[in-house]
Formats: sequence, C-alpha cells, structure tokens
Amino acid sequence: MEQYDVAIIGAGVCGANIARKLSQYELDVVLLEKEIDVSLGTSKANSGIVHGGFHDHISTLKARLELQGALMFDRLHEELDFPFERCGILVAALHEDEMRAIEQLYLQGVENGVIGIEMCSRERMLELEPKLNPDVVGGLYAPSGGILEPYRFVFSLVESARKNGVQVKTEFEVARAERDGEFWQIQSKAGETVRARYVVNSAGLHADTISAAFGAEHFTIAPRKGEYYLLDRTTKAKPSRVIFPVPTEVSKGILVIPTVEGTVLIGPTASSAQDKEDFATTRDQLEHILHSARMMVPSISENDVITSFAGLRASYGNDFYIANSEKAPAFVQVAGIQSPGLTASPAIGEYVKDLLKKAGLRLVEKPSWDPYVHKVPRARDADPYTLDTLVAQDPAYGDIVCRCERVSEAEIVKAIRAGHTTLDGIKYYTRAQMGRCQGGFCTYKIIRILMRETGMSWDQITKHGGNSAILKGSL
Amino acid sequence: MKQLAYDAVVVGGGAAGMAAALELDARGHSVLILEREDTLGGILMQCIHNGFGLIEFNEELTGPEFAQRFEEKVSARNIQASLRTTVLDIREEEGLRVVYAVSPSQGMMRIETRAVILAMGCRERNRGNIRIPGTRPAGIYTAGLAQRLVNIEGYIPGKDVVIIGSGDIGLIMARRMTWSGCKVHAVIEILPYPSGLTRNIVQCLNDFGIPLYLSHLVTDIYGKDRVEGIEVTPIESGALMHEKAFKIACDTVLLSVGLVPENELSRNAGIEIQPTTNGPWVDSMLMTSLPGVFACGNVLHVHDLVDYVVEEARRAGANAAAWLSGYRPSREIRIKTGSNIRYVLPARLNPERENRLYMRSLVVKNDARLEVRLDGNVVRSRKLAHVQPSEMLSLTLGPEDMAAAGRDSVVEIALV
Repeated sequence: MEQYDVAIIGAGVCGANIARKLSQYELDVVLLEKEIDVSLGTSKANSGIVHGGFHDHISTLKARLELQGALMFDRLHEELDFPFERCGILVAALHEDEMRAIEQLYLQGVENGVIGIEMCSRERMLELEPKLNPDVVGGLYAPSGGILEPYRFVFSLVESARKNGVQVKTEFEVARAERDGEFWQIQSKAGETVRARYVVNSAGLHADTISAAFGAEHFTIAPRKGEYYLLDRTTKAKPSRVIFPVPTEVSKGILVIPTVEGTVLIGPTASSAQDKEDFATTRDQLEHILHSARMMVPSISENDVITSFAGLRASYGNDFYIANSEKAPAFVQVAGIQSPGLTASPAIGEYVKDLLKKAGLRLVEKPSWDPYVHKVPRARDADPYTLDTLVAQDPAYGDIVCRCERVSEAEIVKAIRAGHTTLDGIKYYTRAQMGRCQGGFCTYKIIRILMRETGMSWDQITKHGGNSAILKGSL
Repeated sequence: MKQLAYDAVVVGGGAAGMAAALELDARGHSVLILEREDTLGGILMQCIHNGFGLIEFNEELTGPEFAQRFEEKVSARNIQASLRTTVLDIREEEGLRVVYAVSPSQGMMRIETRAVILAMGCRERNRGNIRIPGTRPAGIYTAGLAQRLVNIEGYIPGKDVVIIGSGDIGLIMARRMTWSGCKVHAVIEILPYPSGLTRNIVQCLNDFGIPLYLSHLVTDIYGKDRVEGIEVTPIESGALMHEKAFKIACDTVLLSVGLVPENELSRNAGIEIQPTTNGPWVDSMLMTSLPGVFACGNVLHVHDLVDYVVEEARRAGANAAAWLSGYRPSREIRIKTGSNIRYVLPARLNPERENRLYMRSLVVKNDARLEVRLDGNVVRSRKLAHVQPSEMLSLTLGPEDMAAAGRDSVVEIALV
C-alpha cells in the first residue's frame, strides 16, 4: 500500500500551492483529486484577480493572507509558466454617496499597508481608464492589483510539485478514512487506498464532506454561485485595468476584467446555488451582469459575448477556516476559501506548512528542489522571427489548430503530454476552443490529435471525464 | 523566414478564393492562394448534399463536386496554392503590402504583394452569441461541426437531437442525422418564419416529419456531463410565455443560428468593418478601406448560395487585376439603404460602369416592389412576388440608370 507523509485532498489552487510548498522538503506527498484533471472546480471559474488588499480589514485571516499572497506572485510568475500582469485595480463611484465608501476602502487599504493606493478624482479616474462611464465621480486606484489565468496557475503549480516529487492521483474521490496507528488510511470510491501521516483538507466545495469522513469538525460549505460572461478580444469595451463597483455587504459586485490573455470577463453575480453541482447559468442573472457591467463601461455590447459560465464559491462564514483540526489528529482544515482565495493561495501554502510543522511534521529542506518549470512557447505570443524558429525546431508550431486564439498543434501535443487528455483540460492549458468560435472549427482537429497521441478510441474522448463523451457513434 | 513576392495574394482557398484567383491569373498576374486546410475547397468539402451549381453550371452538384471543378481549373492553370497555411498578419511595410503566413513545411513566409483578396469565409454563431443559459455539458455543437464530424470524420455526435435555429446547415443536418439513424426531435426557431431556404424546409424537415417550432426560444439547457434536455418557451406578441414552456429530452443540441464573416484578420489590418454585414466596407471595385485589399464571398457578407459567391469573387478578381493594371474609377457615388432594406453592397457605385448590387430585406413581404432612386427620383423599379430576410436580392445598375448622377448624388434602395 502506498504510504505518504502528507496527503492533500483537492487539487484546486489551495491544494496545488500546498503541494508545491511541501515539495521543498524531504517528504513523500500525494495530491488527491476526484476529477479527471486538476483545477476543474472553483479554481477554474473565478475572476482570475490578484486583489488589491483593501477590501478586508487586516484583523481577518483572509486579509493577512491576501496581502502576503499578493506579494508572492512576481516570484511565482518568474518561476512558473502562467500569464500574469499587474494591471492595477480601480474602484469606481458613480454617485457622491459612494465616495464615502471609497474613502473607507482607502483608509482600510492604507492601514493594511497596500503599496501605492490612491484616491482619485473624476478626471484622474477617466485618465486611468478612458472606457469608464463618464458619469464616474471619483474612485480608488490600487496599482499593484493584477490579473492571471487561474487554471494555468494551478496547472503550473502542480507541474512544479510533480517535478519535485509530489505524486498526483486524479479520479481519486475520497470515500472513507480511518485512523490506523500513526496513519490515516484513505480509501477512494474506486477502492484504491493510500496511507498518510498527515492530511490536508483543501477540498473546496466538499471540504465539509471530507471533514466528516475524517471525523473532524462538523460544518457546512454553502455553494454560492457566480455567473460570468466572456467577451471577445475584439470588443471595443476592453479596459486596461480591472474595474470594481463600490462593494456591498455581500459581494464585491460585478467587475469588468481585462483578462491577461486579451479577452474581457464581466461578472460575477452572487446567488445561492441549488447544490454543489449547480453550474447552470440563468437568464435573469446574465441580464443583471450586462446591466451592471454597462454601468461601469457603457460600451459593453451583447454582440461581443462569446460564452457564459458559472463558478461556485465555497462559502463558510466571513473568514477563511484554516486550522489544525481540534477533533481529528494530524488533520488540517483549509475551508471556506472564497475571494480573495486565489490571491491568498500562495500564502495559504506557507501557512499550512507552518500548521503541519506545529502539528509535528518534520520539515527538512530538499537541496535538489527546483522552483522552475519549462515555459511552453505559445504561437500567439511569438513574433514572426520567433515563430519561424519554433517551426524550424518543431514543424507542429506551424499548424495553427485554433485560429481564434492562435494555438498551434505543438501546444496541444504538449498539453496532452502534460496529462491533460480531455477537451476541457486541453482548452484550459492551451486556450484552443476558448475563443470566439468556441471550438466550432478546431474540435475535430483536437479529437484527431488526442487519439493519435494517446491511442484513445473515439468513445474515450470526453469533455471533462465521467459521462461527458463527445461522440456517440462511429459510421 | 521565407521571402516571396506575387502580384496578388488570395487569403482562403474556398470557392471565393479560387474563383478570384482564376480571374487574376487569366489576366496575366501572378497569384498565390493561402489555405489553412489540407485541401482547397473550404466548407464545400463537408457539404456532401447536392443543390450546388444550379446557376453556375446549370447542374445540381454536391459541395465537393462543385469545389473540384474549380480546383481542376486552378491546378490546370498552375496557380500556386500553399496549403496548411495560416495567415497571421497583413501589414504595410515601406509602402508595400506584406502578408505574413505560417505553415509546418515552410515555416514563416513573408510575402510582398500589390493586391490582396480576402476570401476567408464565415464562422457559425454559437451558444454564447445567442446567450442560452443553462449548464455546459458535452453534446452542444454547431451544425457545421456536426456536419464535419459526420461527413468527414465519420462519427455520430449524438443520437437524440434537437436543432436550435432553422438556418440551412441546421436543416441539412436534420436530414443527415436522421439518415444516420438518429432521432431529430425538433427544430426550434425564435423568428416567426424560417431562416433557411424554403426548399430545405421541405426536403429536410417536412419529408421526414421533423417538427419546426417557429416563434419559440430555447430558454434552458440541462445535463451535468452530457446534455439531458432543453426547455423551450413559446413567444407570443414578442413576449416569452413562461407558463407554456415545455421540455424536450435529448442528448445533443445542434446550433444553426447564423453565420458571421470572419474578419479578425481584416480588423487587425485596420480595414473598416460594416456593423450591418460584419464584413468590410467596399467600394464599387469591391475594394476595402485599405487600398489594394479586396473582399468577396462570405467574408464580405453571408451568401445563400455558392453560385452567388463565385459570381462576386470573379468580379473581385477582375477588379483586382484592373487595379494592378492601373485602373481607377474616375468617380464614385454613394448608395444608401431606404425603407425595409437591411443592407446593400457595395457602398459606392461607379456611374460609368455596370454595378452588381446585393441586398437583404428586413421584412417578410408579398407583392413587394424594389425601388432604386437617384437623388429621390425613381430610376428603376422591380416587382417581387415574395421577399424575406433569408433570401438575398441582387440587382444590376448600369450607366443608363445613373446618367443624371452628379458629384454628390446618392442612390437609395428601398422595398415598398
């Protein structure tokens, strides 16, 4: 039976950061994921923002981890392979009344130690973002805020962790766990068992179920839905900075986000979901997104919409719940990680490492630890001379499979060889099928490449594993 | 990087691109076709049904047969075509038009040229464009992708099918899926009339007893991993009748909800795009706002029939050849849309030559009259038994119609 020092349950952004952090030490670590690929839960469908550090007070755990995490991204960006940019964040007030809330955010930001935060006049706001509604009366500017591709971040963290010895097991859905001496014995639904001295519960939406399975604290994760629209990169409404409205008690509001890869994301809504698998978008909420986003950027047109999607926040109370369990031994809870979870996630990795140490895990640094991963060249980022060189090395770079996002066959092959063998996995890794035609032109080509590279037959090709077969018959 | 030079470069080797290239070649200009697929022919290659070529060849051909006739002429004339080649950029460098393209065998190519013909065709609108809410399971495809999967790749994308939109590709696929042993439960159309050609409604739906729901909207899609069903809501007097909504169980949703000219390359090159057609603004020579760059076929505006595509493309090719030989119109006059006309093209007329106009109606109307007015005076009038937005109208205006045209004259096209 496989035996580990630490088992991490859930390969979202928290699990991936924790796994990579632990890969720095002389430890046997396994990362367990119930889906067919990593990052397929909350980590794939969110705003992709490195927050500015002014929304929450420093007395909360989430604000402290957010501030610490936000500072870690430049280094991570250098070491790993994911798109990231500090484009800055604006909070726009459309009425004089809202300026009081802006001032509160500013003061909180100053108290939190946010670098470069400033109050802005109408003129300053329009100078920073000419696409803003001209009725803006003023606002807040946090230049250190940024944007990233969340799934690419997770993929790269996991790649780095694997490179440094972490085992990753996908389609391992934890069914039950029991204590066996110094070990947790963890059994999957499919009957596979692994043993681990310590367990980290970073199961996102399902952290409550996992906690119960280990006999740890009883709590409830409530799924809260956020719906988004994605706009084509050709939209005239693309701002150069992330635009927030003045936040309400319950959410940060509908944002207008220039994604780091050039499209525009608008959303998220905040509504309670029916269950933890309720990823349906709804007509009312989608209309609400367009209406609210246009308050900020009036030029947003429904003609620019290329897709809509929904993500679920794993909501629990008002703060993160990250602690050693008081009921179950050698069990760390990483639960209730909502916004600013992505921003905080690198700091959560550090924090959990410290909690494990406190719980008795011995940490010895690994001299061979390599923080760097190979950066995959992307056809769309290459100038003509660079692309010419890439094609000379690998002709598949000259075969543009996804015309909308300019993705070459070479990149698709690299995604498959990195273990992403579903259409969605390939999409998140390469962006093929993510553009304006949404796979209309490239899906059949990707199916061909997948079958050629993996030897899979047509009936094994899925969108995201399980019963999501793409094809239903062969002629 | 490979350096090349041609009189003209044609972007896209479908029907339009081949027809334009043949005209340029016939007039003695060197021409290079750039095509991203493995073969010439474009989308015709997956349209294995017949009905192509009635005007062009006075015969009913399948798509590949229609394409083959042009391909044979292209190869007989020894016209160069670079396959598996993607055009990345059209630029101006030191007064020269330069096309950048890449292929696995050639690497990057930098092609200097004096004329470019845009013939990239169009793409299908998808679910996001029409904003159908619901889940995002496997089993939702555009009709064209399904057509590719069935006709070329040899796979059945699903067994129990609902088709959203009554565009021609959707209708053709309703028949194709039925022939492949699938059950097509319904075609759902938001408008009170079909979007596709009448002959396709008859031959692809009525002949197979497939119900067509007009004035109905798909308001939800269900299913976690694979599509399990859809919700359909009737529209009455423009309002959604939620209490009359019903569900249809299916494992596949095919979308045939319109086509959009693929002009990202044109936009990046700085070419002006018309919001009514999503295609480039063109003058009387079918030349875009970028001098020496011409457009034709579905990248200019979406056509109903490939026969019209090649007709237009030949004109674009001939005009590009004339441009290369130094011809410039001595004057052009404006044209505008009057009542009930969605768009008319080109945007400028040459009062000294024959002009071929294409237009679409905004309304469904019987016993209509198409009027051409020059500065308010009717210079031409044609009776039409029936007009509808899905059927393109065309008209030829010659010097005799525009004899009275002055410098600031305007031609107006109206449906009354």
